[in-house]
Amino acid sequence: MVIIPFFTILPLSGAFIIYLVGRHSKFFTDIFANITTFVLFLLSLFILFFKPFEPLLYKVGGWLPPWGITLVIDGLTRFMLITVNFIAWTITLFSVNYMEKFTSKYKFYTLFLFMLAGMNGLLISGDIFNVFVFLEIASVASYALVAYGVEAEELEASFKYLVMSSFASLCILLGIALLYSYTSTLNIADMGVVLWEKGIVPVVIFSAVLFFLGVGLKSAIVPFHAWLPDAHPSAPAPISATLSGVLIKTLGVYLLLRIFYNLLGVNQIFLDILMFLGVLSIMVGVILAITQMDIKRLLAYHSISQIGYIILGIGLGTPLGVLGGLFHLFNHSVFKSLLFLNSGAIEYTIGTRDLSKMGGLRKNMPLTGWTSLIASLSISGIPPFNGFFSKLLIIIACMEKGYIGYAIWAIIGSILTLSSFMKVQKFAFLGKLNSLYKEVKEVPIFMRTAMVILAIICILSGGMLIPYLNNYFLLPAQKVILGGLDYKNINQSINNEK
Amino acid sequence: MSYDNKDKGMTLIVKTITGLTVGLILLYGLYITLHGHISPGGGFAGGVIVAISFIHLMLAFGREEALRILPKTFISVLESVGALLFLGIAILGFMGGYFFLDWFSKGKPFELFSAGSIIFSNIAIALKVGLGLFGIFLVLILLKFTSKDE
Amino acid sequence: MNNSYLPYFLCLVFFCVGLYGVLRKRNIIKIIIGLVICEYAANLFLVLVGYKMGGRSPLYSPDQSILDMVDPLPQALVLTSIVIGLATTALVVGIAIRIYEKYGTFDITKISKLKG
Repeated sequence: MVIIPFFTILPLSGAFIIYLVGRHSKFFTDIFANITTFVLFLLSLFILFFKPFEPLLYKVGGWLPPWGITLVIDGLTRFMLITVNFIAWTITLFSVNYMEKFTSKYKFYTLFLFMLAGMNGLLISGDIFNVFVFLEIASVASYALVAYGVEAEELEASFKYLVMSSFASLCILLGIALLYSYTSTLNIADMGVVLWEKGIVPVVIFSAVLFFLGVGLKSAIVPFHAWLPDAHPSAPAPISATLSGVLIKTLGVYLLLRIFYNLLGVNQIFLDILMFLGVLSIMVGVILAITQMDIKRLLAYHSISQIGYIILGIGLGTPLGVLGGLFHLFNHSVFKSLLFLNSGAIEYTIGTRDLSKMGGLRKNMPLTGWTSLIASLSISGIPPFNGFFSKLLIIIACMEKGYIGYAIWAIIGSILTLSSFMKVQKFAFLGKLNSLYKEVKEVPIFMRTAMVILAIICILSGGMLIPYLNNYFLLPAQKVILGGLDYKNINQSINNEK
Repeated sequence: MSYDNKDKGMTLIVKTITGLTVGLILLYGLYITLHGHISPGGGFAGGVIVAISFIHLMLAFGREEALRILPKTFISVLESVGALLFLGIAILGFMGGYFFLDWFSKGKPFELFSAGSIIFSNIAIALKVGLGLFGIFLVLILLKFTSKDE
Repeated sequence: MNNSYLPYFLCLVFFCVGLYGVLRKRNIIKIIIGLVICEYAANLFLVLVGYKMGGRSPLYSPDQSILDMVDPLPQALVLTSIVIGLATTALVVGIAIRIYEKYGTFDITKISKLKG
């Protein structure tokens, strides 16, 4: 499959070309960045329907798997690629107008495409050291993007994020070194084979702890969440949407799934820890969110809470729970990006993030108002929207496995989410219009387009659970996770070929 | 180069010694880069040494002198070109069938013209790393100067 | 404990020294130094993993056998990791300079415009 490496080639070359040409032509920068991300989205759609049920391998430089670098596309990767590239496309669309108020927009696009290259590379890489390299590319780009506005708060948030996140990366690097010392290979599938043959010893468990520390910090599960509420709101709105929408899921949840479910294997103790942390994240995130008056900070706390749902669903380990967790991952990407874009639209027009200064904006900004209503109902789990279905799946799965308490906590978390988003709606869009903002208009066309696309997906994506559509998108990803250590056999398909 | 200008850079001794050695350092960096495939070193190490030669120049003669030889826009443009060149070499591998495939003639081992496309990759990396590192140094210096002026 | 494991443990102790710097120090520059120490500890560990008692450097030359080499792969990995560390360090130093510009101090207890 010759198109697999293009998931990293395109954004990388796009980034450098934009850096070269961008300072001379703003028009070119916008067009080029949007075309790049749109082509990536099309490629990920193409790869979803091209031989949808079998893993694809690509040998970089023609070297065979245990020695060379391989790129692997399986169900989980396809699922994540669609999510990442779809969100990235809508966000570049949004940035066309939104980033006008910042100087040197081409630097923004360069860093954004670096981050995208890092995330795509991490997803397709079948080699654990390459996973680390791409993780760092995405992380370094995101540190720079958080500090993009170079104001005092942004720099402080970026510094905090950078220190914590680099520490997480170093933990992952140490874990990789320990695993390498034990298995003498870097290919993930081959590592799985060696671990299967040699068995689990304390060194592997130590490396698992290091990996969990790293991945937990990257995905902001509760004991490790301190950086997120600072870093995500400080970035420009499109970047907040990317960070909350896809970055913490790619760097955190995807890596957790790949390393723990596919490489090291999970046991009940690990799953119990995961579920407990998930429920803790749900409650802590939502309780901290409810009192916030800064709209982006509120959304950032909700990211912690919603990551909790994903972790809870995945941690159940049952088919239904994993399906719910994955579906919630996709849904959360969509509606959280939409909410951050809405907050960006509000900031764009009235220039503040403080909820108490807003009010009655729906009259002047109907589209932002309605899309934000859709996203709010989605995130709170109100029936026709996608959030309802994924939360329902997770809660049913909890009941099914006998964790009634966890199910009740999840429901309470959902109710609190609803109340906090009712607060957002009341303060921002309903009520009396502040006299200062009589003349505000709806945001420009590209911002509107991006929000409408995301809102439509919010309404429609509940339909992905319909049996036939299911087969392409969610079930292959679920199969990879439930298959667990079967991932180690993935190299065989290429060895048989030769 | 302005050896007599007492306001900028360091003393005459440092300037003279730097003027004598900086060319050698640059040449050594290029040597490391070009022999990367047959001896220790390579694009990264060579690029760092090249960057050091320019940093040396800047420390001794002041930043105006270094910026006259290597203007800032020139640095950032060439840096991107280096990265694109490396990517281009990787993409050229598609002509042999695979991304990053080294399909050039391999030549005889232990000779300068051997190991296919690795020498070109090394040059591209040296360009990227050398100018990138110098650019980082420059940016940090300029940042410091703006904060002092306020 | 077997004596041959000692270097690895010292390496982890080194890592913890860096971690101490990150967690306990108040000066931003010292935190950065702690981070860099952590990074060097991880790199050192990676090199040690590939080391073989009495091995020679992994260079292929015509008249020597390849059997007594140390493992070359971790060295290549460390080079990559150093490059990444360079990027991170450059970025964090840039941010630190900017923070000094905005707040006029390197003390993190005085840099607290954010609540969390």
